[in-house]
Amino acid sequence: MGSRSFLSRLREGDEIARLITLIFAAMVVLITLLLVYELWVNSTLARHKFGLSFFVTRVWDPVTDEYGALPFIYGTLVTSAVALFLAVPLGIGASIFLAELAPPRISDTLQFFIDLLAAVPSVIYGLLGIFIVVPLMRTVIYPALNKPLGFLPIFKGPSYGVGFLTAGIVLAIMVIPYIISVSREVLLSVPRDQREAALALGSTRWESTWKVVVPFAKTGIMGSIFLALARALGETMAVTMVIGNTPTISASLFSPGDSIASVIANQFTEATGDLYLQSLIGLGLVLFLLTFVINGLARLLIIVTTEKGSKVSN
Amino acid sequence: MNARLRWRKLVSNFMLTMTGVCAFVCVSVLFLILGYLLFNGGTSVNWNFFTKLPAPVGEVGGGMANAIVGSAKLLLAASLFGVPVGFLGGIYLAEFSGTAVASVVRYAADLLNGVPSIVIGIFAYSLVVLPFKHFSTFAGAFALGLMMIPITLRSTEEFLGAVPRMLREGAMALGASKWKTISTVIVPAAYRGILTAILLALARVAGETAPLLFTAFGNRFWSNGWNNPTASLPVMIFTYAVSPYEDWHRQAWAAGLVLLGLILIINILARTILSRGIAVPRG
Repeated sequence: MGSRSFLSRLREGDEIARLITLIFAAMVVLITLLLVYELWVNSTLARHKFGLSFFVTRVWDPVTDEYGALPFIYGTLVTSAVALFLAVPLGIGASIFLAELAPPRISDTLQFFIDLLAAVPSVIYGLLGIFIVVPLMRTVIYPALNKPLGFLPIFKGPSYGVGFLTAGIVLAIMVIPYIISVSREVLLSVPRDQREAALALGSTRWESTWKVVVPFAKTGIMGSIFLALARALGETMAVTMVIGNTPTISASLFSPGDSIASVIANQFTEATGDLYLQSLIGLGLVLFLLTFVINGLARLLIIVTTEKGSKVSN
Repeated sequence: MNARLRWRKLVSNFMLTMTGVCAFVCVSVLFLILGYLLFNGGTSVNWNFFTKLPAPVGEVGGGMANAIVGSAKLLLAASLFGVPVGFLGGIYLAEFSGTAVASVVRYAADLLNGVPSIVIGIFAYSLVVLPFKHFSTFAGAFALGLMMIPITLRSTEEFLGAVPRMLREGAMALGASKWKTISTVIVPAAYRGILTAILLALARVAGETAPLLFTAFGNRFWSNGWNNPTASLPVMIFTYAVSPYEDWHRQAWAAGLVLLGLILIINILARTILSRGIAVPRG
């Protein structure tokens, strides 16, 4: 190729094609940079006015034009924590079944359903959240937790159906497919000899899985959890529909609250003042940075494990 | 068999059964969702739903014809923006670029893919809505198109890269230029995979609500042209579900059923395309 002149390559369209595709590839980078830039510039007012105190202020009051992110950051973190608490054991259990136990045919079929589950849009989860989970919360989950465990601060107080716990439950259902898909992939990449060696040493099937295979895939499984966490942090519609949308900080999981994504969804079109709008965009910037860090960690962990697997088997 | 061994076997069987229970619970959620939507929305999906405009607030009846058309317009415009960028960018990554440039583009695409959809909405708002000073189909389509780019780009790259070397070398040996090789040999060999990825990207953005809230906004009437606010199915589901009206709830269920049905059909279709007569060996 190198021997041919630039002109002859131009005539055959190679250079033009290279240039055109380059423009589009560059566009992806530019758009991403522009996104960060727009978030930064459009939140200037809020950043200058509040500075770092934005993160520790509990007040969110459009009337007095005072904005603090604390209740929303709290809500985002609490709902995501609840979601992970429920989703991680269930998801890892299911992925162990799919990767280690189920015959390939059944495993692939179940994985197909899991993929479809991941494709269900979040507004549908929200719809089911409002009409199924919220009533269930009032009639079943709240009495079951509040009566025996009401002395714990997290299960204290009244329930309105909507709140941190409801949002966490809906989020858990939403992120499970991500945990399963990635963990299954990671578990499948664990070399066969690891299992065989453990079995040969006399361990039971479960011991070989839990004490050899899972530790081997530990980093990758952590990666899947971080991936799920990033999804949970940024999830908007389903949370908005069941969290109650009141900026409260309460230890009780039954209390209604608000999250970063849902306050943006609810108030963005109503934001009249410049400072109001820019504070919301500032929240968007916080959310962006949060998911950026978590996603980066997730990717790193997953890459590390899959490479480890291929190194041992080679 | 001593007691210790019996205990270990018991634990093993118990735990393995539990993993099966976990898998069963997770998969059954999908069927619960489908069941609830069919049960609650099935009876409300009728001719009116597809042909009528929403009834004025407080009146019973009406449909979501404008939202269905609005969603179709949004998806069409989003594909026209997102697919070429992702596809051509993917060709550059797979065929032309050096490793340094490729890793930068790849990184940007992964980053874009991880951006929460509500933040994409803010971006589209400040880039398209603010300068034009009003909500529009364009703005919504821009936001959705943005979300299609990373998926299309990464999978185009992946499937082009999986085309066997021999095909490439064969074309080159016959004297084809690089571009000729790409356009007549490599892309056709990988088209099933790429088509699948595009369909999956489409299915994903079809249900996106958050980026549309303050870009396409909403509309209770027909939206003229591309430069006006428009209704869309996902936003309609949201507004109707959180409203206090019984009749709107009924229609939200119906819209949910239609939307999910559409998305699942596209998903299944895409996966069948990929699994049948695949020209490119995987991995």
